Amino acid sequence: MYEIVSKEILNPTVIRMDVKAPYVAKKAQAGQFIILRVDEEGERIPLTVADCDREAGTVRIIFQKVGATTDKLAEKEAGEFISDFAGPLGRPTETEGLKKVAVIGGGVGCAIAYPVAKKLHENGCEVHSVVGFRSRDLVILEDEFRAVSDRYVPMSDDGSWGEKGLVTNALEKLINEGERYDEVIAIGPLVMMKFVAKLTKQYGIKTVVSMNPIMIDGTGMCGGCRLTVGGKMKFACVDGPDFDGHEVDFDEAMKRGAMYKSFEREARECNLLKQEAK
Amino acid sequence: MPNMNPKKNAMPSQPADVRRTNYEEVALGYTEEIALDEAARCLNCKNMPCVSGCPVMIKIPHFIKKITEKDYEGAYRIIADSSSLPAVCGRVCPQETQCEAKCVRGIKGEPVGIGRLERFVADRHNAACDTPPERPAPNGHRVAVVGSGPSGLTCAGDLAKAGYEVTVFEALHTAGGVLVYGIPEFRLPKAIVKKEIENLKALGVKIETNMVIGKSLTVDELLEDGFEAVYIGTGAGLPRFMGIPGENLCGVYSANEFLTRVNLMKAYREGADTPIMHAKRVAVVGGGNVAMDAARCAMRLGAESVSIVYRRGEAELPARAEEVEHAKEEGIVFHLLTNPKEILPDENGNAAKLVCVRMGLGEPDESGRRRPVEIEGSEFELEADCVIMAIGTSPNPLIKSTTEGLECSKWGGIIADENGLTSRAGVYAGGDAVTGAATVILAMGAGKTAAAAIDRMIRSR
Repeated sequence: MYEIVSKEILNPTVIRMDVKAPYVAKKAQAGQFIILRVDEEGERIPLTVADCDREAGTVRIIFQKVGATTDKLAEKEAGEFISDFAGPLGRPTETEGLKKVAVIGGGVGCAIAYPVAKKLHENGCEVHSVVGFRSRDLVILEDEFRAVSDRYVPMSDDGSWGEKGLVTNALEKLINEGERYDEVIAIGPLVMMKFVAKLTKQYGIKTVVSMNPIMIDGTGMCGGCRLTVGGKMKFACVDGPDFDGHEVDFDEAMKRGAMYKSFEREARECNLLKQEAK
Repeated sequence: MPNMNPKKNAMPSQPADVRRTNYEEVALGYTEEIALDEAARCLNCKNMPCVSGCPVMIKIPHFIKKITEKDYEGAYRIIADSSSLPAVCGRVCPQETQCEAKCVRGIKGEPVGIGRLERFVADRHNAACDTPPERPAPNGHRVAVVGSGPSGLTCAGDLAKAGYEVTVFEALHTAGGVLVYGIPEFRLPKAIVKKEIENLKALGVKIETNMVIGKSLTVDELLEDGFEAVYIGTGAGLPRFMGIPGENLCGVYSANEFLTRVNLMKAYREGADTPIMHAKRVAVVGGGNVAMDAARCAMRLGAESVSIVYRRGEAELPARAEEVEHAKEEGIVFHLLTNPKEILPDENGNAAKLVCVRMGLGEPDESGRRRPVEIEGSEFELEADCVIMAIGTSPNPLIKSTTEGLECSKWGGIIADENGLTSRAGVYAGGDAVTGAATVILAMGAGKTAAAAIDRMIRSR
């Protein structure tokens, strides 16, 4: 059992938790993920490590309530326990030797983009963060991001926060202003990463995306997380989760990601009914 | 006088039309009466040819003799001397190619039902015995075992019996390896695996789940941490795909994923948190035991039709004859000498059809089996909204890639000598991680051999 040491509600659907897991905390690096199960009957879900405190032995996760399992996790309070927490899994994000990087975060993807920006910053890299949310009330990690970014460009779909528009608009503007990036690292919804990759391809800028497909074991055993990258089959859990954004087949990944949508909807409605009954 | 009936006693089973809709165990086990009758067929040969067919060398005629004397606990003790998982082996060992293949009674009739008798003894013991095994006096030495499948559990059990302080590290949330994620409930009830693991814990074996060795800790860190030896029994968990178009469509699974969802994650239960596709027409590609397990699970999930697609013929099916028989009885259709070429999507991009080609058999290949050759122009389509690839697995590279100096073969298997010793001092390996995908009992045999070698190595220091 793994204790939830602290919990914070970041916005109406996004929650932060610090979980006591010393083995994971000791090793985890930016870009890696964990697999957790909330309880004995629970499914296994992957979540990317948002931060960790090696001294305290805690691992930070930030997640959005998107289905039955994340709803169930969100109900847990500090001091309570979850059944399983394994990791760190996957390969860390490669940050060696980068001098100037644009980090693009979309929505809850910012939770994963932040540790990457932080690591780059610590390495002495110039970091430009372009961060997008649907609206002001969904913004997370603003102060944290600002602290590790040389430029911070906030964007929102409805113009209620930062500038109105998409992260791709902002990135294109930066490029046109003459900013020259060694690399763009984009983490967010598949459709966002797809269009960031499409844009940077035109400008010939290397682009890394972090994939988060459906997974069971996270160790290479099930193959459920397979993707097509550069025409080859790759497993996100062991070959990734970071891949060359110009090589990923995003349309296929979106299809596979929606495989259990109807099941998820039913499971979630079922949970909500149970809660109402209480 | 021995019972000279040339036929072995049939295994009482659930009728096929009933069992194909439930997850209860298919084979029900011998009653005492049947067991006594079957045990009386053993000639108690002095040279015990059957024992040479057993990878863990159970003294088979001795335990069968105890059955005839109705000393069932005595029989159990004889089996348990050699095997850590009697109730498991009695169910999933391919006895027909091992002990029973060497049985003298098999020359002029059917061999003694050794596996069925083993299961009878183990089940009777588990039902009657509440007292866990006694913990031996500790000898002060620590050994780490990586992986809690049949190989790791056997190695851990043997070392614990010799007084070692053993810690087993398991990557998943439940111990048991392939016994819990792969082999379905109706063939090996999970309560049996759990009981065997409880017995190991009673012997003092510690089991640490959620520990992905190579990630959470490395083999070198285990050695630095004071473990005097490490046994790697990580199995062959990496699924293979065919490399044909359409394999990434929704509705296409590796057998590992399909079985893990059903077995480990209990997706077969109403209201389980883990989803599984309830497909109408399922095609399983492959002819081994894993393919049979996947097909029979798909049938139980309510598919209208389930077929096996296998590129060689009936005689070449690698699955146990009993499993093939069970699958056929349950209504699974066999498309033999058939090979998939492509999976076609429906208008929503989900798997819809499996394009296959008929095969003929040519000259024998390096495996000794006749090589399947495509028959030109024989393509046809099989309707399938779910396709399960059960064409084999490879060893997981997580440990290889994080353990410096650990030599591996080209295909990824860890290289170990006849005692299980690898290229690294103090590091042993066995089971599927060394041999590639094989059987539960061979993995157990390797765990046993390595346990003895580890014991000798530590004693000689």
